[in-house]
Amino acid sequence: MSKERVIEIQHLSKSFGNNEVLKDINFSVNKGEVVCIIGSSGSGKSTLLRCINMLEKPDGGKIIYKGKNILQEGHDIYKYRAKLGMVFQQFNLFKNHNALSNCVVGQVKVLGRSEEEAKEVAMKYLKVVGMENYIHAKPRQLSGGQQQRIAIARALSMEPDVMLFDEPTSALDPEMVGEVLKVMKELANTGLTMLIVTHEMGFAREVADRVVFMDKGVIAEEGTPEEIFNNPKEERTKEFLKRILNEDLD
Amino acid sequence: MSLEWLIRIATNYWPMFLRGAWITLLISIVGTVVGFIIGLCVGVIKTIPLPEKGSKRIFLKTINGLLSAYIEFFRGTPMIVQSMVFYYGTALVFDIHIDRLLAAMIIVSVNTGAYMSEIVRGGISSIDKGQFEAAHAIGMNHVQTMTNVVLPQVVRNILPATGNEFVINIKDTSVLNVISVTELYFQTKTIAGNNFRYTEAFFITSIIYFVMTFTVTRILRAFERKLDGPENYNMLGNQMQVAIPKKLD
Repeated sequence: MSKERVIEIQHLSKSFGNNEVLKDINFSVNKGEVVCIIGSSGSGKSTLLRCINMLEKPDGGKIIYKGKNILQEGHDIYKYRAKLGMVFQQFNLFKNHNALSNCVVGQVKVLGRSEEEAKEVAMKYLKVVGMENYIHAKPRQLSGGQQQRIAIARALSMEPDVMLFDEPTSALDPEMVGEVLKVMKELANTGLTMLIVTHEMGFAREVADRVVFMDKGVIAEEGTPEEIFNNPKEERTKEFLKRILNEDLD
Repeated sequence: MSLEWLIRIATNYWPMFLRGAWITLLISIVGTVVGFIIGLCVGVIKTIPLPEKGSKRIFLKTINGLLSAYIEFFRGTPMIVQSMVFYYGTALVFDIHIDRLLAAMIIVSVNTGAYMSEIVRGGISSIDKGQFEAAHAIGMNHVQTMTNVVLPQVVRNILPATGNEFVINIKDTSVLNVISVTELYFQTKTIAGNNFRYTEAFFITSIIYFVMTFTVTRILRAFERKLDGPENYNMLGNQMQVAIPKKLD
């Protein structure tokens, strides 16, 4: 696997008021790599993801993309964001657009593609997520799992350098989690660069090339799935996994 | 009130009533549409996120202040007073003699704009934050986010309030008789004065006003339903359409 870095984060910090959510975060995502971020709620993993695509403005540090620090004044963050695909916990499909035009509108308005080309690309990715039969459906006519699959297709349609997933299955009914994870597994096998915040430990173990465990705003431990899940070095990682895995057994 | 007079006034003066009704409708339509557009623009400007520092922030703050002043002034004074100030003010102070109908349209538009601005602002802030985030996440800027994602939803959501404004405008154009615009109320006053038959003339007018407002309300309601479309998406029908040609092969 090539070691080309897609995104590199240096000394990133973020506070909400007096609450320091991220403290001196350093990590990077390589091309073609699937990185899962795990950790208890409030550990800062979603904030980290939202800082990466600037939905939250970091207080300090650097985010290096293509050799440039995007936190520098005057950097075109709109162009940068278009290169990152984002999938939200709450899907956030555009309510006024149907499934197809959800995937088309960004391509046309942001990337400047023609309507026909955009539709072709959109159809390709709607097929990938298995939603090609629902192209005229409005979001409110669809189930959560279907909406999330379209949201994935929308992000893919922009043909981003890296896909960010912010707890994509946390808002879904249990029986719909499977269909979304299946799509994500398929994507991981195509060599797509993915950064996934998740509570699905089984999924992380199976799909991730690298697992990052976050605790109280810092990266407590990172390594391969085997290292993290079978031989965690840090005490807090062990504790977290014990808690989570016990919950799964209940 | 006598039936005889009702019929007589209706048969003798129906062209005047009709012309009055037409002018009333024209002023209300123009006023509502232009006011709606003003409201959208003001609403969008007022929701631009303030930059943290710099001259842009000061500029935007100044604009916001002026827009707030506009909204407060036109909401806080009666339209009848505004029309007097505007019409006679432009004539006396600036020596500009505006056509009465045009003056009426301007006043109603600006007035409606002030109300619509607040309605639009409320509409924008009621849109789920996730819609903005999703649009930003695929690289849209403020204007693109507004025009492609937020405003279409806002327009749908504020349609009932806009219909309300339209109905209010149809009724409130009657105050424009103070600057002698020949709308329905003004015409009725003339007809009634000619015959000394106030009850009959204004009874007919009340019916005309009601028919206009009621029709407008119904049309807008039907339009809302059309925009919403069906509640469920019929995937089965879709599959059938795909499946049938296959069998024919």
